[in-house]
Amino acid sequence: MPLNLAIVVVALPLFMFLFLGLVGVKMGRKITGVIGVLAMLVDTILAYGVALTYFFGSGEGQIVDGVRQAVVVANPAWLSFTDTLVVRMGVLVDPIAAMMLVVITTVSLMVHLYSLGYMSDHDGNAEKGFQRYYAFLALFTFSMLGLVVATNVFQIFVFFEMVGLSSYLLIGFYYSTPAANHANKKAFIVTRLADLFFLLGVMILSYYTKTFDFDQLVFGPTMSGSLETAQSAISTAGGATFLGCSVMAWALTFIFIGGAGKSAMYPLHIWLPDAMEGPTPVSALIHAATMVVAGVFLVARLFPLYVLVQGAMNIILVVGAFTAFYAAAIACTQSDIKRALAFSTISQIAFMMTSLAVSSNENSLIEIHEGYGLGYMASMFHLFTHAMFKALLFLCAGAIIHAVHSNENDKMHGLHKFMPITSICFLIGCLAIAGIPPFAGFFSKDEILVAAYHRGLGWGLWMSMVACMTAFYMFRIYYLIFFWKKHEVHDEHHAPKDQPWTMTLPLIILAAISCVAGFVPFHDLVTWDGHALHTSIDWTVAGSSIGVALVGICLATVMYRKENPLPERMANAMRGLWTASYKRFYMDELYQFITHKVIFQTICVPIAWFDRHIIDGFFNLLADATNSLSFGIRRLQSGSIQAYVYVYLLGALLLAAITMVCVLL
Amino acid sequence: MELFNNILIYFVIVPLLTLGGLALCSNRGIKAIRTVAVVGACALMVLAVWLVSIFLQARGAGDTSEMILRSDVMWYAPFNVHLALGVDGVSVVMILLSAFIVFAGVFASWKMNPLPKQFFMWFFLLSTGVFGFFISIDLFTMFMFYEVALIPMYLLIGVWGSGNKNYSAMKLTLMLMGGSAFLMLGLIGIYFHSAPEGQPLTMNILDIAHNDAIPHSWQYVLFPLTFVGFGVLGAMFPFHTWSPDGHASAPTAVSMLHAGVLMKLGGYGCFRIAIYLMPFAANELAWIFLLLTGFSIVYGALSACVQTDLKYINAYSSVSHCGMVLFAILMFNTTAMTGAVLQMLSHGLMTALFFALIGMIYGRTHTRDIRDMGGMMHIMPYLGVGYVIAGLASLGLPFLSGFAAEMTIFFGSFQHTDTFHRVLTIMATTSIVVTAVYILRVVAKLLFGEVQDEHHRTLTDASWEERLSTATLILAVAAIGCFPNFFINIISSSFDPVVKALQAALPL
Repeated sequence: MPLNLAIVVVALPLFMFLFLGLVGVKMGRKITGVIGVLAMLVDTILAYGVALTYFFGSGEGQIVDGVRQAVVVANPAWLSFTDTLVVRMGVLVDPIAAMMLVVITTVSLMVHLYSLGYMSDHDGNAEKGFQRYYAFLALFTFSMLGLVVATNVFQIFVFFEMVGLSSYLLIGFYYSTPAANHANKKAFIVTRLADLFFLLGVMILSYYTKTFDFDQLVFGPTMSGSLETAQSAISTAGGATFLGCSVMAWALTFIFIGGAGKSAMYPLHIWLPDAMEGPTPVSALIHAATMVVAGVFLVARLFPLYVLVQGAMNIILVVGAFTAFYAAAIACTQSDIKRALAFSTISQIAFMMTSLAVSSNENSLIEIHEGYGLGYMASMFHLFTHAMFKALLFLCAGAIIHAVHSNENDKMHGLHKFMPITSICFLIGCLAIAGIPPFAGFFSKDEILVAAYHRGLGWGLWMSMVACMTAFYMFRIYYLIFFWKKHEVHDEHHAPKDQPWTMTLPLIILAAISCVAGFVPFHDLVTWDGHALHTSIDWTVAGSSIGVALVGICLATVMYRKENPLPERMANAMRGLWTASYKRFYMDELYQFITHKVIFQTICVPIAWFDRHIIDGFFNLLADATNSLSFGIRRLQSGSIQAYVYVYLLGALLLAAITMVCVLL
Repeated sequence: MELFNNILIYFVIVPLLTLGGLALCSNRGIKAIRTVAVVGACALMVLAVWLVSIFLQARGAGDTSEMILRSDVMWYAPFNVHLALGVDGVSVVMILLSAFIVFAGVFASWKMNPLPKQFFMWFFLLSTGVFGFFISIDLFTMFMFYEVALIPMYLLIGVWGSGNKNYSAMKLTLMLMGGSAFLMLGLIGIYFHSAPEGQPLTMNILDIAHNDAIPHSWQYVLFPLTFVGFGVLGAMFPFHTWSPDGHASAPTAVSMLHAGVLMKLGGYGCFRIAIYLMPFAANELAWIFLLLTGFSIVYGALSACVQTDLKYINAYSSVSHCGMVLFAILMFNTTAMTGAVLQMLSHGLMTALFFALIGMIYGRTHTRDIRDMGGMMHIMPYLGVGYVIAGLASLGLPFLSGFAAEMTIFFGSFQHTDTFHRVLTIMATTSIVVTAVYILRVVAKLLFGEVQDEHHRTLTDASWEERLSTATLILAVAAIGCFPNFFINIISSSFDPVVKALQAALPL
């Protein structure tokens, strides 16, 4: 299959968006859904074709001298700033782009299919706005695909905005509910703030390196990640500095902040838990599997630059490692299952970020070539497996929510008997995320831990601890949903049950993928410089990571398998900590305070007042003064003849006097 | 006559003919009035598109002269006043923009009441002024058309406006007249220094620029006069306060034309007259105006966050976006200046769209206060979607016009390496966040959420003429956003003479 089809893969969802948005609204609800699913199926097949051709096909020169090369399929100019700075809208296929094509289309197809059932009531009638929903899904898919095939950093920025928009539209799908209405605004504005930094970063980067294009920034002449190219791009900047740091460090840090906004890194994570107000399949697609990894993708894309700019890389490392722990700590106490999963997502993405960041080292470049590409590969591997099992977990959560009509776990409990398939799929997801072999998460997380231990024992231990917490909170959720105590059924007719096949089939498929995805030979296929990486499982690390996962699982089993007072007692013992965690360490309140009380009340309101009363007041005063003046001198035009004669005489005398004085002198 | 072989003159003749045609209609013959107005608007649209193709052909054929389609007719010999016509890329796109907005404006005022005939007559007189301004390259003629565009505004707001219309109409007219008083002083000053000693004085912009005879000491006086004179119309801080009140009271189509085109006269005049003719003072004094415009970008955006009247929000948003236009023009490089023109196009179209939609919503709910409205998306989905698109264009979403314009401006401005320009540029970029805040606030309050007033449930969605009016503008916004290079190619070469003049005037 020719790689040119990648263009079709990207364009088809755009066409579907326009079609469903303009024509679909005039058609029946069900039929638009079916058309959407079929189109997505075609798109998925094409994407698989492209990815398989790229990875395993012969010809088109993907592997030259053992190096897997990037292929630019199309690259037309879109917006020309100057002769050299030209924004192009292109399609580039390289290992991570091809991998992302697979991830996005797979999850998107599952979500398309799943939504047929989820967005319907229990009699199978589609909800109001069904066409709009499918149109937005297609828009999102297009935006995300456009992002991953970008040929330049500005194109990524453009599609960052586009995915932000689709996320906004889908979070606010139930736009009448105040919570959704609030959440989508928050998501857009927080990510916009991050995008502002991204923009500044791109501005600085492009000014000093004179280009947006990856082939001049990070790809060498071999069209694969190249430190030499990155080095020459950096030296183009010529050592310019700002406030003591090199401009490249500023640029790359700002670009990372942009990525951190989308990828919900602390402290820009606050939008993601609220984004769970959107329909659950949307959370699965956008806020678990694809959009939230855009930041990771961005850093991975510019990886050779980050490797060479240690300052920026260290910031990523610290932010990533802290976020992983912070989000895991919050996930341990949440009662809303979607929010718990959201924090789990934040934590896992932080894993990927950390993994990218540990892979650099201040030692010589040669060492990076040799061994430190591992973190990059592990990060991408984890991105891939996480997308599958986290989508699975979210879709299971959706099925549960659809069955019990609540997000709170105290409305669930003991569902195992009622929803056995969902329960098993959820368990597979939990095992995968906890890192138990042979499920997918084990392999990728293990590589991340190996890379972290490479960087330093401290980083390794820290990440192992977070891995243990991951196992704990996931099984806590699992037990609270499916066990804990007997489910109370109020109405025999509406007892929770496994959902219709449109919803169950995606669960089974994703569960199956989660079982086998770990065996994909990532180290051969996806590496930062196109060279195959020779790794084998390091059983000391693997053993310990299985060990910590088991500890977490056992702890959760003891505490939450059956109803018991232990969790309550522990919460009471650490009441302050527990409440802080439950309240997400008051970050939302802090933001609320800063935006509403500080920015709005002390900046916006005074400015508006100043405008109306001082500036406008000045002009009104001017007008009033003119008015009074004219009223004042109005008396001179009194119309009375006597007055005019007086004035005339006075004037004549005055003139005469002046003349006299002049003559006399 | 040779003049009538020039397509440009028809941009003045067609609105005048329409005006005449309207005068012949009877007061009650609403159908006839509409027909004449639509024919006039369509003819302008066709002319504008034709002009673009002529321009592209000329440039494609290698015609690199500064202005094409030149015509020159002596008008008043003692002062050497000519009817001099000519266009470059910037005027061409401005004319195209005006034609679009006149077209959309006619449909937006379809149900204008009372006195539709008189309304459309003034409307087309205003358009005459606007088109005349963009096609002429003679100072006197330009100024004359400028005044022709301003005066009808007073009556259009005073008679057909709403709310505190007498105050607003008076305020708007007086402030703009104050601006044109500065301007006239400036233009007279330019005229008397337009040629070196011993040569006849001229009003022709190109001749003045080539003579480059204005002494530096005079430039220091004349540049602020003309820049502020035009800047008042371009809503430059602190001379922007006519805009919120004026827009709030103006009828829909007038708001559209005013924000959409008239405010662009300001930006256009600033670069064509103030900067091009007085490059030395422009270089020297730019920092003052950069501070003012840079400030007004953020200031307008922050003020908009607090407003509750839809038109006020938009007026302050215009202060911010028009501030961006002048800001970019003062950056003195081709990229930023091209961005400024794109921003004029973008702002013109999307503000016209905003005002059209606000007018349509107001016509139904009889309130513009966002606190009294909610859930409009349920009730009038077409207008709601239109509003969201306008909002997205305003906050700079890719593939809609605002993004391409703002990015060109930011990247152009960032080409300056000194701290002053850089800091201002970064300050200007922060507006993309603030803009998102106030746009989404309105969208959330007005369109989403619960219906606030049960009476609103009975309201209807857009009628066909309203759909046509808004769809035209939406398509234009999307066209600029999707194919920015098409417009950039037309615009950017027009700035070469200006940038060259500025470079030449730099002190060594």
